[in-house]
Amino acid sequence: MTIKLRHALLVTTLILFATPAITPACAQNAPGITDTEIKIGQTMPYTGPVTAFSTLGKGEIAYFKMINDRGGINGRKINLISLDDGYAPPKTVEQTRRLVEQEGVAFMFSSIGTATNTAVQRYLNSAKVPQLYIGSGASKFGNYKEFPYTIGGIQGTFRAEARIYARYILKEKPNAKIAILYQNDDYGRDYVAGVKDILGDKYASMVKEATYEFTDATIDSQIVSLQGAGADALIVAATPKFAAQAIRKVYDISWKPMFFLSNVAIWVSTVLEPAGIEKAVGIISSVYVKDPTDTGWDNDPGMKEWKAWITKYMPEVDPRDQNYVNSYNEGMVLVQALKQAGNNLSRENILKEALNIKDMQLPMMLPGIKVNTSPTDYYPIEEMQMMRWSGKQWVRFGDLLSGSL
Amino acid sequence: MTVRTEPVMAAALPKAWSAWQATGVVALLVIAVIVPFAVSSFHLLQLTMVVIYAIALLGLNILTGYNGQISLGHGAFYAVGAYTMAILIERAGMPYWSIVPVAGIVCFIVGFLFGLPALRLEGHYLALSTFALAVATPQLLKFHALEKWTGGVQGTFVPGFAAPLGLPLAWDQWLYLFSLGIAAALFFFAWNLLRGSTGIAITAIRDHPIAAKTMGINISLYKLLTFGVSAMYTGIAGALGALVAQFVSPDSFTIFLSLSLLVGAVIGGVASIFGAIFGALFIQFVPNFADQISKAVTWAVYGLFMITFMYLMPNGIAGFLKVIGERLRRRRNS
Repeated sequence: MTIKLRHALLVTTLILFATPAITPACAQNAPGITDTEIKIGQTMPYTGPVTAFSTLGKGEIAYFKMINDRGGINGRKINLISLDDGYAPPKTVEQTRRLVEQEGVAFMFSSIGTATNTAVQRYLNSAKVPQLYIGSGASKFGNYKEFPYTIGGIQGTFRAEARIYARYILKEKPNAKIAILYQNDDYGRDYVAGVKDILGDKYASMVKEATYEFTDATIDSQIVSLQGAGADALIVAATPKFAAQAIRKVYDISWKPMFFLSNVAIWVSTVLEPAGIEKAVGIISSVYVKDPTDTGWDNDPGMKEWKAWITKYMPEVDPRDQNYVNSYNEGMVLVQALKQAGNNLSRENILKEALNIKDMQLPMMLPGIKVNTSPTDYYPIEEMQMMRWSGKQWVRFGDLLSGSL
Repeated sequence: MTVRTEPVMAAALPKAWSAWQATGVVALLVIAVIVPFAVSSFHLLQLTMVVIYAIALLGLNILTGYNGQISLGHGAFYAVGAYTMAILIERAGMPYWSIVPVAGIVCFIVGFLFGLPALRLEGHYLALSTFALAVATPQLLKFHALEKWTGGVQGTFVPGFAAPLGLPLAWDQWLYLFSLGIAAALFFFAWNLLRGSTGIAITAIRDHPIAAKTMGINISLYKLLTFGVSAMYTGIAGALGALVAQFVSPDSFTIFLSLSLLVGAVIGGVASIFGAIFGALFIQFVPNFADQISKAVTWAVYGLFMITFMYLMPNGIAGFLKVIGERLRRRRNS
């Protein structure tokens, strides 16, 4: 201990003496960038209440493995350091600072969670470390005036989705009485905000709201009271467990509203099967990626490429998990941005190119939906297509719809 | 109070220090003060958290270790302290240093009030009711009517500041020293409190409530005060924790925080003042270490560590060190 301490003292003294001699570095490559490596970081909920989401990080690691096997980007391999934050904001702060200050990563990429990303947003922006393509559909991550280093993920935002549903209701059922059941957090409230964007002054007279907490046991009473209010259209912004409960309860009390379901809860195995697939017939949702379980894509070159990747790099996983599609998309857009940045890999230039993605068509995105970013557009995806559950599968219908105002 | 204490009880109480121990503590403090100039800013962040956890654990130790009241809900007091800091900075514009005592007072009152119903509950029942408090905390923080102040589910940012008096220190370095100073004062206060007649009364209630009562100790009052002081410590830790994290939200203070605090208190050594420091080191570093060993089974590894520690050191790290110290002394004497 004393020897260590003496060393520490010695080092400190040397640093103090050396300080005036250090010249400010001119604009050059970001930390974590060498001639052979691009070191980047992220936080993932590998433990805690939502470990299921962490497949996004595993998928991204596997995607970069493929890129590296093919020689990397301009000879540089991507080294993604993915740390556990247990979905707890204080832990996210600690791990993010570890990545930035200790590991010296060039930037943060695709960390998951709304509260967790919010917790480090100020830190990363004041340290001028890009917080790229984050794993949350919350619309707050695109506020470039206040947080120019934070860019939303390669996924449609909840708010855009809600706007699409509200427009559809106004077109199909102009006099509808709308019920919204939402989770009482950023995720659920974005749906309320989106519907408000479209309805404006009419919101108060047309909409009846009900909320639940992530920790509640059931939402049965909310469903019953919404039916009792005379609603004939229902928007459910719920996570899978509650979505399944909502589908079953609506069916059981013989309520037949025009039923919209948030696209985070459209999974057959975790939502529709537990609720009863026949009880969900007619439910409307939306989509922007290709669904690997949809046999209609079997001969699609993009899908074939994706399947080849997952068979080679992640043979042990359940390919029905949509996060493996999302991770593929996220990784692909980042690689494009880094390619555009070429050999000028300063944080400023990486951010600039991450905001300079033009009309990029991803192989696993629905045809026609393109990734676009600009210094005034921090939402990479804004279009979706609606779909309806037939009892056997989701059937897409209508044109691509934009969720922007 | 001239009570003849039983040997067991006397052993649990902090005694006056020998010259060696005093030197040790001073050396430790000197090292602790030098640290911010010798380590990277990230390690400094971790060490600041150790200091803060140590304060929180000391609070829990006073209640659970010395007074025998088990609390599974100290995360709630930590949260109250953190939110007091966040709200008074952001909404009232008060300087951060002046909020630390305010957070302490607020948590003392909250702890005292929570202690009132808890008086009727003992042992497992108290553990369960404090558990309920911990479970309810995130939802209470989301309460609509309070959203104007708490920021609801979105949480609230806590800004960073410059070091005072123009000191040439970064905010992180200053915050570490600031926390360390508060911790030193609180440790001294706890040591003073527990070695005096108050300490005897507190431990007597734990060991033999009926005997304590016959001695004329006002059990209800002492239990309430202990609850209040304990909550005050943990609340001050929470206030400092908010300054470090620069963000508070309901998800920051889940049941897991309360459980971690109890783990830290037990592993460090209950009924030991310095046990709080070891416990703090454990809950800060062992989860990270477990994560590095295996991402897939992090918590299994963590659990294994916990079991190993409890098996090898049933009286906590502090108790273990004490036994070793005794043996060395006996060998020297023989």
